[in-house]
Amino acid sequence: MSCEYKVYDPSWCPGCGNYMIKTTLKQALEELDIPPHKAVIVSGIGQAGKIPHYIGANGFNGLHGRALPPAIGIKLSNKNLTVIAESGDGDTYGEGGNHFIHTIRRNVNIAHFVHDNQIYGLTKGQGSPTTAKGQKTTLQFDGVRFEPVKPVALSLTMGAGFVARGFSGDIPHLVKLMKEAITYKGYAHLDIFQPCVVWNKVNTFGWYKKHTYYLPDDYDYTNYEEAYKKALEWENGIPLGILYKVEKETYEDTFEFIKNGLPLVDVKLDPMDTEKLMKGFY
Amino acid sequence: MDYTILVGGAAGQGIDTVIHLLERTIKRHGYYVFTYKNFMSMVRGGHNFMQVRFSDKPVTSYVSKIDMIFALNEETIALHRERLKDDGVIIIDNEVAKAEEYNHLPLTQIAKELNNEKVYPTVGFGALVNYFGLSLDIAKEVIYDVLGDKISDVNKQALEKGYDMLERKYNLEKKDDNHILINGNQALALGAIAAGCRYYCGYPMTPSSSVMTYMSAKANEMGIVVDQIEDEVGALNMALGASYAGVRALTGSSGGGFALMTEALSLAGITEIPIVVFNAQRPGPATGMATRTEQSDLRFVIHAGHGEFPKMVIALRTPYDAFYQTARAFNIAEKYQIPVLLMTEEYLTDYNMTIDPFDFSKIKIERYLAKESDIIDERYKRYKFTESGISPRLIPGKVKGKVVLVDSHEHNEYGNIEESTDNRIKMMDKRMKKLEGLKDEIQEPWFIGKENPENLIVCWGATYGAVKEAVDILNTEGGSIGALIYGDIWPFPTKRINEMGKKAKRIIDIEQNATGQLESLINEFTDIKCTDRILKYDGRPINGDEIIQKLNLSI
Repeated sequence: MSCEYKVYDPSWCPGCGNYMIKTTLKQALEELDIPPHKAVIVSGIGQAGKIPHYIGANGFNGLHGRALPPAIGIKLSNKNLTVIAESGDGDTYGEGGNHFIHTIRRNVNIAHFVHDNQIYGLTKGQGSPTTAKGQKTTLQFDGVRFEPVKPVALSLTMGAGFVARGFSGDIPHLVKLMKEAITYKGYAHLDIFQPCVVWNKVNTFGWYKKHTYYLPDDYDYTNYEEAYKKALEWENGIPLGILYKVEKETYEDTFEFIKNGLPLVDVKLDPMDTEKLMKGFY
Repeated sequence: MDYTILVGGAAGQGIDTVIHLLERTIKRHGYYVFTYKNFMSMVRGGHNFMQVRFSDKPVTSYVSKIDMIFALNEETIALHRERLKDDGVIIIDNEVAKAEEYNHLPLTQIAKELNNEKVYPTVGFGALVNYFGLSLDIAKEVIYDVLGDKISDVNKQALEKGYDMLERKYNLEKKDDNHILINGNQALALGAIAAGCRYYCGYPMTPSSSVMTYMSAKANEMGIVVDQIEDEVGALNMALGASYAGVRALTGSSGGGFALMTEALSLAGITEIPIVVFNAQRPGPATGMATRTEQSDLRFVIHAGHGEFPKMVIALRTPYDAFYQTARAFNIAEKYQIPVLLMTEEYLTDYNMTIDPFDFSKIKIERYLAKESDIIDERYKRYKFTESGISPRLIPGKVKGKVVLVDSHEHNEYGNIEESTDNRIKMMDKRMKKLEGLKDEIQEPWFIGKENPENLIVCWGATYGAVKEAVDILNTEGGSIGALIYGDIWPFPTKRINEMGKKAKRIIDIEQNATGQLESLINEFTDIKCTDRILKYDGRPINGDEIIQKLNLSI
């Protein structure tokens, strides 16, 4: 490694699933030999959103729900950076739902890791977009009254080229998924189950262990219809692994000058180059 | 000489085409042109009109009186004939209206003979070319430039057929043409591109959209990412991402869209990411009137964003001003690592005006980026405490071993979250300290008119054009009148108004809003009190004639 991923002390609760995700991310970046100054971690708000502070790469800890727009701006401006957007389920599927949908459409080459603990942690236990219908929370006293978002099914229907689900309780498996997502050329959606030990007493470490299973080695992740079926599986076991992966043209490659030119940030600028545009006004 | 031709009709009838051909043809004869556009928020129908004013002397405003109405429907005549001069004329297609006092021209008939009904406006244009004694060759050239080679042949035929329809009344001699004809949004876009802006993201909203449209048209040629985003919230967040990564980025919208951007504007404040954002004002509140003009967002823009952080607001006054101020805004944003907000208004975004060509050699791109050697700390401090409050800005990925961390939370020098009282105060002070440096950048308002005038007008932004006309005319008639026109408006410049305001007997505030927002700033930051106010908020731009009329009442 050319440079160490240093750590700033996390403020997460003991036993929080975020620790495992942080460890995994570090390991994935190190194994891919991406030095910290060449990676940017972009996040929103929430416990997951603090991760740029604990990784030691370049970081952009922005606003609630807004991790994806700056991530796109960064990647298009400097295609040489590895851009990873990282945020929670509320941040991604609730406050940032609109950006999530349209980022999938764009297919910018960024990896998106969603820390999905099915609850709002930082604001003390309210229902999140992925909390199950009927689950009682610190706000929904009679239980959540409507259906949860189905993250991987949603990204599949929006046309994501890489859709996966991981579990923070299995670091080696998650490292593999993260590395696949980071090296995938295009938008890679990785929803990561992660227990919130304080606020979610339903979806615990044990619950995830009991309710998930691994996609078999011979699973064909290029079959869209099969992937969609897997994405909807829940009651009888939730699949972990890459549900769908196909090659697609990235958004940045649709810009001729980005695809075949220098990173935008390195293009030399001269005001005199613009003078030619004035001829349109005579 | 000073003539105005009004072309009016329903949306979709071809007003735009006639005006484009006319204004450009006249301009290429070496005359000054000012085209005012008045249109409704609809694609087809309604009543739209545009008027081209041209003169052998510079013009900065539209006028009330007109010399000719080219009506594409009868409603146009009913709505505008009161403004026609005594010797003015009306022309209309003979299939549209029958009343005898008009000049009936067989426009549709000729268009049918040419097997292209769409070219009837060009037939009318041909009639105008002869009426004003303009050159047929220049008109043909313009047809080619404006309409392109695909449809220029049939339009040239339409032009020739129309040419014989109306007798010549004037002879506009061909003179040297050294000007460009441009509107405020095009000038803003050109200023941004010249300043090195290579990232524009936004959501379409009238009247801001034409900046995005122009940049999109030049995107491939100039290597600019132009991206239509899902909403304005995403647009400013994305622009901040691009700026963080080291590319000069621009976004903009109109009132309602700018309202959505205020969330991320606050992010720019705490992360100290430089950014330029423009608000092309239209009447509010909320959706207001999409295609009309107003200056009612001043207070909103200077206070936009939650929390306290330094920002700069520049009101654009003319297309010429828009170009240079936009380029300047990028340098100031990067020098101080703050948001710089440009305010324009529908009137300025849309009117076309002849101005001197821009001098691109005057544009300097000053990035103020830190070099590797400036970073002496082992770990890079994005928010290093300094005398000026400005920390060395590094671009991520450029220096091995140095990482750049920006944060929306209160943070320490490294960018890590920290809420200690000591750090909070130091960080707030660091950011606010930039205001001291910024004070030296602030330009005092333009002054026009008589030195030490008895009557001092104060105004801002695009009201300049109308005020300039009124001041010139009144002073020619022996008045003692001057005007201060604000461009830089936040932090509020106080020096010149304090000096001049004390000497004037009357201070007249002229604004296009209902509450006198500039006047309120003068009250707040200076010892000067305005004595009169002319506030117009019907959604239509004020002009020189109106100002003169209203001043007569109050002076």
